[in-house]
Amino acid sequence: MAESKELLHDQYANILRAYLEEQSEQGLYYAQQFSKRVLEEQISPEEVVSLHLEVLEEFFPDLPKGAHESFELLLEVMMGYGLAYREHQSLRDKTKELEAEINVAANMQQTFLPDEIPHVNGLDVGVLSVPASKMSGDYYHFVKDDHDCVGLAIADIIGKGIPAALCMSMIKYTMDSYPEQRLQPGALLENVNRVVEQNIASNMFITMMYGSYDSRTHQFNYAGAGHEPGFYYKAAEDTFEELHAKGIVLGIKRNTDYKEYQLTVEPGDFVVLLSDGVTECRTDDGFIEREAITRLIRTYQHLPAQEIVNHVFYELERAQGFQLRDDFTLIILRRNV
Amino acid sequence: MSIQSSVEVQTEWGIVSARQAGRNLAKEIGFGGVDQARITTAISELARNIYLYAEKGEIVIEAVEETRGTQKKKGIKITAKDRGPGIKNIREVMEDGYTTSGGLGAGLPGVRRLMDDFDVDSVMEEGTTITAIKWLR
Repeated sequence: MAESKELLHDQYANILRAYLEEQSEQGLYYAQQFSKRVLEEQISPEEVVSLHLEVLEEFFPDLPKGAHESFELLLEVMMGYGLAYREHQSLRDKTKELEAEINVAANMQQTFLPDEIPHVNGLDVGVLSVPASKMSGDYYHFVKDDHDCVGLAIADIIGKGIPAALCMSMIKYTMDSYPEQRLQPGALLENVNRVVEQNIASNMFITMMYGSYDSRTHQFNYAGAGHEPGFYYKAAEDTFEELHAKGIVLGIKRNTDYKEYQLTVEPGDFVVLLSDGVTECRTDDGFIEREAITRLIRTYQHLPAQEIVNHVFYELERAQGFQLRDDFTLIILRRNV
Repeated sequence: MSIQSSVEVQTEWGIVSARQAGRNLAKEIGFGGVDQARITTAISELARNIYLYAEKGEIVIEAVEETRGTQKKKGIKITAKDRGPGIKNIREVMEDGYTTSGGLGAGLPGVRRLMDDFDVDSVMEEGTTITAIKWLR
């Protein structure tokens, strides 16, 4: 410490001497480099003032009266900056610490999501889920049973960030606890609702849509709990319909029934599930329209499902200047021709 | 050395007297200009806390010595005592960014950084005692 102080003293003396001899831009450049150096060494401003005075008095032992004293005053004025500087340093360290902690939590959260999309013959699935910040309030889930039946869920915890992320584990564990209901979307939502209602604060809500697809009969059954409606693409008519499911948001009413809907999926038909981060994309012209999303999907419709969701995300991200305001999740499930 | 001075803090004049007493002793002990300014700033902050929140209290300034093996070190100890309302949540007050007097980096965390040793003891409705020591290097 004492050594590096001596070193800084000599460096500063050289820089000042050179500059006093000739006032060149190069001399000022050295001074700028020196200021980086003192910041690296975490030297506070009052010490720099004191260093300057020290060197000055070595160069000019007979400073005019009052010069020395004026630096004492400057030193006192710089104390406040010194305090603010130290606080800044400690807050920066704290931010780093918090960031590391959140990274660990975000990695852990990733383990709640499926590692891979189950492969089912005759079915093409694409999923993309991107959090607005590090932790996500969007949840999705896939399961496949031995008969090639697929269950898929999408949920949006109202709110973002850490509180929302903490809720997610509850949904996952609840769904894992009712494996026998994977093919009964209405009953499954009733169970999840009961757990959520009992376990979360009254100001937190979760919307969810759950669907099951039986690849033997090509039946798609689904139910929803106040979730953003998805889309259903009918290949025969080349149209998009709203995939709407009536049902109250999870966590509000204890005993709630969720109506189950049924669709027969024809070759080329596909189901689109999304979170409100997709429909609530905001551009300079305001919210984008739901039609804009179906238009985008149409543009990339000829591609595999995963590529469609990737492209749609990229286009929407670009429209918002690459800044996500809400967690984004988009799922496409298509019956191959 | 057994120099000790005690300054009542009731007005801003008291703050100035406490600073003066601290600076004099710091100089006498052998602290350099920058450390003198740090010690007086710490005294200022502690005295202002008394002035703003406790209305009445005192700042005691004394020279201290510690022997570790063959090494003897000298320092200055500041004790701020008041019979104010006490600090409800000390941990909160010790956090950066917590401020009621609106100073960047000031307050108790600032004092702790300016000094070497730091201790707070507070009892609700009875008062607060803060001690801080800076050692001469």
